[in-house]
Amino acid sequence: MNDAIWAGTVSIAGHESAELEAYLARPLGDRPRGGVVVIHHLPGYDDPTKEIVRRFAARGYAAVCPNLYSREGAGVSPDDQAAAARAKGGVPDEQLVGDVAAAAAHLNALDHANGRIGVIGFCSGGRQAFLAACSLQIDAAVDCYGAFVVNDPPAQFPLKAGPLISKAPDLSCPLLGLFGADDSHPAPDEVTVLAAELKRLGKEHEFHTFPDAGHAFFAVDRPAYRPPAALEGWKKIFEFYGRHLSA
Amino acid sequence: MCTYRTEKIELDGAGKGAAGWFTLSGGAVYVDHPYHACHEHTVNIDFTNAAEGPSARVAVELTEESALALVEAIQKALAAAPAGLASARRRPAGA
Repeated sequence: MNDAIWAGTVSIAGHESAELEAYLARPLGDRPRGGVVVIHHLPGYDDPTKEIVRRFAARGYAAVCPNLYSREGAGVSPDDQAAAARAKGGVPDEQLVGDVAAAAAHLNALDHANGRIGVIGFCSGGRQAFLAACSLQIDAAVDCYGAFVVNDPPAQFPLKAGPLISKAPDLSCPLLGLFGADDSHPAPDEVTVLAAELKRLGKEHEFHTFPDAGHAFFAVDRPAYRPPAALEGWKKIFEFYGRHLSA
Repeated sequence: MCTYRTEKIELDGAGKGAAGWFTLSGGAVYVDHPYHACHEHTVNIDFTNAAEGPSARVAVELTEESALALVEAIQKALAAAPAGLASARRRPAGA
């Protein structure tokens, strides 16, 4: 068994050819493998997100997380980039789709790529994973507690993030949704509405709402971390990608 | 994503960031998940100068109690000083 991986920073050409910093991790073995685009949460391109990228590589996938806030300047620390991006209203949806498409193309150009691509996103990235899966040809999408897929954001919400449910007919792949029962964004009723709409449209989906867990229960460096939900969630993710990203 | 309204203000003063002192031109106050503080939500305050780029930022993340205590302390300190002493409109002595 060869479980060695390579991990490090790469540069990819994102939406409108913008140069993006990205964190790539891939197995060193030569078995064919699927690729996973990891979409970071609102606080940005941080160390725990890079750890998630390495986790996929250790399980046999090539994974990449583009720094969606790269446009705030090279050499700027990720927390300052995140604050600057937030002050501008966050990342426009069209730009996000272009950046994810570029990240997917980067993965598919690597040696041993099997051509199958998954996306996964956390927090605001959960909504963006759904957006990407409704805008691009993806093979498996995972939405971890993405808000404002169904509901409008509150009045005076500072980010450009509107509901996406009207795009559900264009969902290109199976969707795994992982949510916390105690979350208010998205609250369980919003998750129920999304599940009903996907069922009505005949879109393959699998939703799990974990008890005693709120928003960001996967975040190992935050008080919101809930090990039972996170461990079960990771199991669901790897089962799901195992079914849909195999050669 | 538990982020609501961001209060933006113009500021006139100086702050010390990672690269040293810089002139402040703006600020933002919002209640959201912190980047570093070990709480689920905090009152986040950024002191910035957009013209100098994203790195010109002093960031603090405070609990609600701390933020309210800070507001009270600022008001007490100002009330204890002669009115207008720290005003931008005040002319230097002898000018």
